Amino acid sequence: MSEHHHKETFVTKYIFSQDHKMISKQFLVTGMFMGMIAVFMSMLFRLQIAWPETSFTIIEAFLGSHQTNGVMDPDFYLALVTIHGTIMVFFVLTAGLSGTFSNLLIPLQIGARDMASGFLNMISYWLFFVSSVIMVISLFVEAGPASAGWTIYPPLSALPQAIPGSGAGMTLWLVSMAIFVASSLIGALNYIVTIFNLRTKGMKMTRLPLTMWAFFITAIIGVVSFPVLLSAALLLIFDRSFGTSFYLSDIFISGEVLHYQGGSPVLFEHLFWFLGHPEVYIVLLPALGITSEIISTNSRKPIFGYRAMIMSIMAIAFLSTIVWGHHMFISGMNPFLGSVFTFTTLLIAIPSAVKAFNYITTLWKGNLQLNPAMLFSIGLVSTFVTGGLTGLVLGDSALDINIHDTYFVVAHFHLVMGVSAIFGMYAGIYHWFPKMYGRMMNKTLGYWHFWITIICAYGVFWPMHFIGLAGLPRRYYSNTAFPMFDDLLQINVVITLFALVGGIAQIIFIANFFISMYRGAKATQNPWKSNTLEWTTPVEHIHGNWPGKIPEVHRWAYDYSKRVDANDDDSDYLHGQDFVLQTTPLLEGEEQS
Amino acid sequence: MLALFYIFIGIAIGVSFWQITRIMNLRDVIATDEDNRKQGKYSLWFMAFFYAMMIYCLIFMNVIMLPESASIEGEHDDILFNITFWLIGIVQFIMQFLIFYFTFKYRGSKERKAKFYADSHKLEMIWTIIPAVVLVVLVSYGLWQWNNVMDLSDAEDPIVIEVYSQQFRWDARYAGEDNTLGLGNVNYIKGINTMGVDMSDKNASDDKQVTELYLPKGRKIHFKFRSQDVLHSAYMPHFRAQMNCVPGMVTEFGFTPKFTTEEMRQNPEVIAKTIGINKIRKSKGEEELYEFNYLLLCNKICGASHYNMQMKITVVEQEDYDEWIAEQPTLASIIK
Repeated sequence: MSEHHHKETFVTKYIFSQDHKMISKQFLVTGMFMGMIAVFMSMLFRLQIAWPETSFTIIEAFLGSHQTNGVMDPDFYLALVTIHGTIMVFFVLTAGLSGTFSNLLIPLQIGARDMASGFLNMISYWLFFVSSVIMVISLFVEAGPASAGWTIYPPLSALPQAIPGSGAGMTLWLVSMAIFVASSLIGALNYIVTIFNLRTKGMKMTRLPLTMWAFFITAIIGVVSFPVLLSAALLLIFDRSFGTSFYLSDIFISGEVLHYQGGSPVLFEHLFWFLGHPEVYIVLLPALGITSEIISTNSRKPIFGYRAMIMSIMAIAFLSTIVWGHHMFISGMNPFLGSVFTFTTLLIAIPSAVKAFNYITTLWKGNLQLNPAMLFSIGLVSTFVTGGLTGLVLGDSALDINIHDTYFVVAHFHLVMGVSAIFGMYAGIYHWFPKMYGRMMNKTLGYWHFWITIICAYGVFWPMHFIGLAGLPRRYYSNTAFPMFDDLLQINVVITLFALVGGIAQIIFIANFFISMYRGAKATQNPWKSNTLEWTTPVEHIHGNWPGKIPEVHRWAYDYSKRVDANDDDSDYLHGQDFVLQTTPLLEGEEQS
Repeated sequence: MLALFYIFIGIAIGVSFWQITRIMNLRDVIATDEDNRKQGKYSLWFMAFFYAMMIYCLIFMNVIMLPESASIEGEHDDILFNITFWLIGIVQFIMQFLIFYFTFKYRGSKERKAKFYADSHKLEMIWTIIPAVVLVVLVSYGLWQWNNVMDLSDAEDPIVIEVYSQQFRWDARYAGEDNTLGLGNVNYIKGINTMGVDMSDKNASDDKQVTELYLPKGRKIHFKFRSQDVLHSAYMPHFRAQMNCVPGMVTEFGFTPKFTTEEMRQNPEVIAKTIGINKIRKSKGEEELYEFNYLLLCNKICGASHYNMQMKITVVEQEDYDEWIAEQPTLASIIK
């Protein structure tokens, strides 16, 4: 890559940077900012759910014309849940997570000077930035932002008569998402090309750390599915603005018959979920990849079943593109299709189970260094199991009939993709912070952050399953219209309290992050005694990553605690220490793992 | 009171900032043996909290659950649900124990050496095959039940009812003597013809439009759903029934009511839930006591009043149903 070092100005170094490390930090900070907005929104609507139609000063202060005397309007409640979902899924857990760590780690872990195209990489970030800005602007349009749910099913999202948020707010949402898709695609193509072409000498595909495999496969899923979201959005824009009827038909609203004929919302659902379901894995796989790396490093053990892990990532990726219909069992599509999707959906539980078991086996008989990153990874395994198991209920079409769109679903996906992916992101930040900023994050605050967060996460989402089983639909502004749900209110109060504490506790993390950036302890080159290549680069960032030649790789990434005698756990470490850098040549007679 | 609350929050924020800056001055950043010991112990404490919460919810939240299925088709849903729930419950308890117990048991120390254990095809086979076998059983039962519920072709003498949704209300239309619904389309909506029924269709004249559902016990009900504006979802949780209402198409669902509303009110689960709800209502000073009724709710986001889009369903004996339906006027008699 750019070996010729030309002089860098502030603008080329910090703003229009083409260096993958800087771009990764840009993704992270933008993602964190968006995350704060989304978490704050969830706290606002949790207030309304727990204390319906009660006046809150904070709501009066923040919602402007979308509240009356401190009580939020029903329209704006829907806007809040919509934007919370959109920001969390796309801006935080796709761009914030994948964008940050793919950019940071791909060149560092495969041994490359930079991404295949630094320029496209920069474009990818700036498109993401523009789409974030548009999404934030949409919060301030007069009729309110998009409010048709993050799935924006038409006709609700197509007709401003149906809900005010489907006016200018929805237009901005669609524009923002279209740009977001472009950003994602450019990023993903770059990741794929880089991993294919720029691996250093000796870095075979079967020697890649699992993070690389996860990011690689994630990028492929993104390339396969994101364009479909773009087409879905484009057709919706046509329906909204140019009077076409892709999704609309036979509509009578506000006292008049609309001209739309022959379209079907079910088409939109298919297109949306063709992205929407793989999206779950676009969010989750990077988190699982990060976890694999961190659990192995901090257990001082090789990841158990490296090849099985790769196989399950691939199996999950393949299956994820043929299960989208499980979001649509009761959409009116042919029941036979429902059967097929039930079958493929439950298949995906097998590779997921393999992954969970492999993580637990990696912990077994380890020498666990319980750093904050490790705790978050263990937390991820826990929430992934809890959330994954309820998937067996929801994926079964016959059972889904009755719990579809209830709070059971909300609890399920928040645990399995929301909390799990956020935990993966936190784990990654604690672990690679020294690589990003040359300083360490504070561990005491990290511990506080972890324990409060996991207690609150379960405090929020475990009881929520039962509210769903009681039949409470999601996206209800309040349950007061149904006496049959009166006994759920107390549980909602408890959930909200956990949510508020959990949300506010993230300040600990934010404080730790920004203070450590400037005042944290100076990092050493390989603080976690890890095997992978990124820890052979100097602490201070340099353009091109390695000062001299790119190191050559001689082994896989997981030779932790390798012994002289493989069958004797008491024998000495083969290399005199419990980790062996990937750059260490094989000893004479040493077996490849 | 509120002022005190804000003062409290202010103090809390102040203290946290002070603490955070104090902690930030600590320079050790990598877990020591002491940290591993402490965090391992906390992991056990967390496990205790987590198990306590899981068990508490499983036991004490039973009373808020939906009562047993009120439709014959839903019985197998309940059985399948119970099997699945027990299964995932057991797996959950074992897995979470392993995760947090291992965290404690294998907490790191200078003396410990990790076991180099990279692979075991035998183990991996075991935990690929066991989930696969279990899933095959669950899927087979699930698919059998799914076909059972969704196949409406074999019902003998079903009652055909159209459920019609619009922002933010439900209406229903009974098919009348001929048990065939007249065609409907939004273009026919005019005046009191709010469901857009094509009155030139000869099947339409004996249809009956109502605002509440009455269903006879023991008869298969064949629902057809239409929507006038946006997506809605007809959710009848007590009957384990739900189907989206999609503008531009007719969707279908069917079930056979098993208990009348009166019978359901005598169901022990319903009685327990009702007592609980009324206790809460009384404490909040609500005058009106809750009485069990079947309901149809909207379960697909549809706009501002989505949260209050409901229709009452009453299940009665066949004779009472016959009496009630006879009282309802036909469309032909209303729409001239």
